[in-house]
Amino acid sequence: MVEKDLERLLDALPLEDGMRISFHHHLRNGDDVLNPVLKAIMDRGYKHLHLKASALFPVHKQVVKALKSGCVTDITTNYVSGPVADHLSKEGLEGSLTMQTHGGRARSIIEGGSPIDIAFIAAPAVDESYNASGVEGKNPCGSLGYAIEDAQHAAVKVLVTDTLTTIEHVQIEGRHIDHVLKVDSIGDTSGIESGTLAISSDPIKLKIAREAMRLLKALDAIQEGVSFQSGAGGVSLAVTAMFNDYLKTHGLKASFYSGGITAGHVEALEEGLVGRLYDVQCFDKRAIASLKQNEAHIPISASDYANPSNASRVIGDLDIVLLGASEVDLDFNVNVTSDSYLNLIGGSGGHSDTAEDSRLTIVVAPLIKARTPLIQDRVQTITTPGAHVDCVVSERGIAVNPARRDLIRSLEKTSLPIMSIEEMQALAHHYTKRPAAVKKGDVIGIVESRSGGRLDTIHKKVV
Amino acid sequence: MARSVVSGSLESSDCLITLTEAGETSVQVDTIVHEAFQRHLESLIRETLKQSGVKNIKVHCQDQGALDYTIKARLEAALARYEENDDG
Repeated sequence: MVEKDLERLLDALPLEDGMRISFHHHLRNGDDVLNPVLKAIMDRGYKHLHLKASALFPVHKQVVKALKSGCVTDITTNYVSGPVADHLSKEGLEGSLTMQTHGGRARSIIEGGSPIDIAFIAAPAVDESYNASGVEGKNPCGSLGYAIEDAQHAAVKVLVTDTLTTIEHVQIEGRHIDHVLKVDSIGDTSGIESGTLAISSDPIKLKIAREAMRLLKALDAIQEGVSFQSGAGGVSLAVTAMFNDYLKTHGLKASFYSGGITAGHVEALEEGLVGRLYDVQCFDKRAIASLKQNEAHIPISASDYANPSNASRVIGDLDIVLLGASEVDLDFNVNVTSDSYLNLIGGSGGHSDTAEDSRLTIVVAPLIKARTPLIQDRVQTITTPGAHVDCVVSERGIAVNPARRDLIRSLEKTSLPIMSIEEMQALAHHYTKRPAAVKKGDVIGIVESRSGGRLDTIHKKVV
Repeated sequence: MARSVVSGSLESSDCLITLTEAGETSVQVDTIVHEAFQRHLESLIRETLKQSGVKNIKVHCQDQGALDYTIKARLEAALARYEENDDG
């Protein structure tokens, strides 16, 4: 039976102190499922919950209240920004923060190392057999990739929807589902697009994008059948557009683009420049519409995307990935979890999954951002180990990991501004001066590698 | 009323300098990069101030991650305005 009242649904669930509850983040900053569900559970007085959200966005303010009240004491997530991130950076938490990767989260749920008691799954459309679709309904979010493992492996699975209808594109099968809650609205689709969409007009970002493209050409990396992944940051969107142009001009066709999908990826598909889009997450409305229309635009689960124990994962065949960084260190370790002052600003998502699997991993970032130099002696938090990072492209130079002798050799005769990572750091310090060492506060959690090991500790800010 | 002038902005990578006439010279720096550059910025401002020869002034720098040349230029511009406003 479809429940229409959250309180009555909670009456029917095996709620208890200490339980582990999960949510997915496909509605991103437009999500209105996590907040009301968590509030209702908190109002019932439950304590010591372990919140396992695939990601937490600025909209998720209820989590701060739940942390302060002792309702939530532990968090496992792949990405955290906004007020929850600020609260964790300054105040820490009673239990521990575990930052996973997209592939590592899927692996740990499937293998049982990170069990979920109740999964609350925002589902844009649900039919009478409890099948769910992400592309239909009044608030479509596209791929439901990060919810698939929750829907299959949680002890209790609840779909939360605002649209009961017949559906054509089944992404979650009803046979897994225990309860359906019908609400007025699961959120606001337009919140998916917050922050990330437009191709940058910032001249520094465009310079970085052009330099990354020059590097790809110099390495002769764009061949017939190439596979490519780029995210939704300003530089990534610009490179994707340039990459598409290059394919078109040279009469080439890529085999697939993967990961988070944007309008730029969809344009390539519709112009015949790429064979398939493997979509674990839609970043904009164009991607959501395409997933519904284009057969070669294929939704994939987090496990099929990046689970290191899944031999047929998509990124196992990835040739090139373009990734961001808030810091890079002299060993090429990359931090996208915190900034240089221990403010949590994100997390791996698929960063370290794709860096490890891709044949060529290129990090793009401004050399100086509001005085803070990109290259640090040691990153504050290791998100992705330097062993998996091949090139760092900034607006003033390109550093190649010395372990990639093959790349260095093939770049010997280019006019590209190739330099050592130490030279790149010195160049930044010429403008910024050398930063004083930043004091670290208590340990509040860990960065977990995709295979489940401890990659680094996460420290609180000293305030 | 004490003489007061401003220069700069609160845009990222810029700074807003406010100079106010005072009984003695003082420097206050509020910066988004205080963990790494607080002392450097304070000494840069003191040094620039010393070179200008202007005394008995309160310098307030609200810094959004400006580089040295930006801070010096904003401070020198503020000092020039401050001197122009000298109606004594």
